[in-house]
Amino acid sequence: MARVTRPDDDARRVAVRQAVSVSVATGLYGVSFGALSVAAGLSVPQTVALSLLMFSGGSQFAFVGVLGAGGAAGAAIATAGLLGVRNGLYGPQVSPLLHARGWRRPVAAHLTIDESTAVATAQPDPAAGRVGFWWTGVGVFVMWNAFTLAGALVGNALGDPRRYGLDAAAAAAFLALVWPRVTGPGARVAQLVSAGAVLVALAVTPFVPAGVPVLLAAIVAIVAGMLVRPPDAATADADPDAAGSDGAAPRTDPPGGTA
Amino acid sequence: MSTAVTWVALVVAGAVCFALKLAGHLVPEHWLAKPRVARTAALVTVALLSALVAVQAATTGRALVADARLPALAVAAVALALKAPFVVVVVLAAVTAAVLRALGMP
Repeated sequence: MARVTRPDDDARRVAVRQAVSVSVATGLYGVSFGALSVAAGLSVPQTVALSLLMFSGGSQFAFVGVLGAGGAAGAAIATAGLLGVRNGLYGPQVSPLLHARGWRRPVAAHLTIDESTAVATAQPDPAAGRVGFWWTGVGVFVMWNAFTLAGALVGNALGDPRRYGLDAAAAAAFLALVWPRVTGPGARVAQLVSAGAVLVALAVTPFVPAGVPVLLAAIVAIVAGMLVRPPDAATADADPDAAGSDGAAPRTDPPGGTA
Repeated sequence: MSTAVTWVALVVAGAVCFALKLAGHLVPEHWLAKPRVARTAALVTVALLSALVAVQAATTGRALVADARLPALAVAAVALALKAPFVVVVVLAAVTAAVLRALGMP
């Protein structure tokens, strides 16, 4: 944690600065979501509605990816929902900082994503954490939705997605989303799960409807989660502040988004 | 898929994602703070995203396909290893596939 001479002002200023840089970085990748969503077959209004209502990059990319591959609505909903589970796990980390009541509570919930949680929990004191959460949440929401619209309009103007390599861009987007979770120290289990998920998804693709291979791959993770106990689990149990260190740490979706 | 079905699906999926976020703010902290729950959820995220990479890059319908998407994905991986920003990674992959297809690769 950063040393702070005047806790209140300095810490809050740092939190706001982080929030702004994360918002800009995340907003810019809203362009790629907008373009890829339209390339997957959604209309511009549907693409915009998805960013407003779902507001979680991974779930949104997955939703349009499954639909674009010809998957059923149920498979798209299930995949988006499963990817949204981690946002639910962020709630207990940020709600003690926020003390949100009344109408602020659902708003805070909607803004609880990788980026706002990462910035909020990185601050040295609760007041700065609160500032970091709200600035990042609102900032990312505004930028993400504005750039989703821009990307959707660009994607709409381009036409045939294959000609511009947008199908390859969708694969690259998922790779970029998973990259920070499978690199770095302590990611060996994640790497094995990743490889297992790829094998399962490709192996069952010829035999099941589109969208289902992705869901079946999740079973690999559930089995691994039940069986594997990493060496750092004991410390994570003991220290509530270390809850993020056991592999569930909030990651900003764009690599390097949170400086 | 019809426009109406897509609308219903996106509203339902949005509601599911919101409900999950809200649940995190409402349910007792100790339940979700269990390391095994958090770890499994993190691994599910990894598995879903990894499977999506594979399906997007190497399948068309129910067929396994090797086309311009694979070299584009390799370029994306190199860009990520070099810590390129998200947008750069995505654009490089698109440009690679577009160029290879313009040169005649499927």
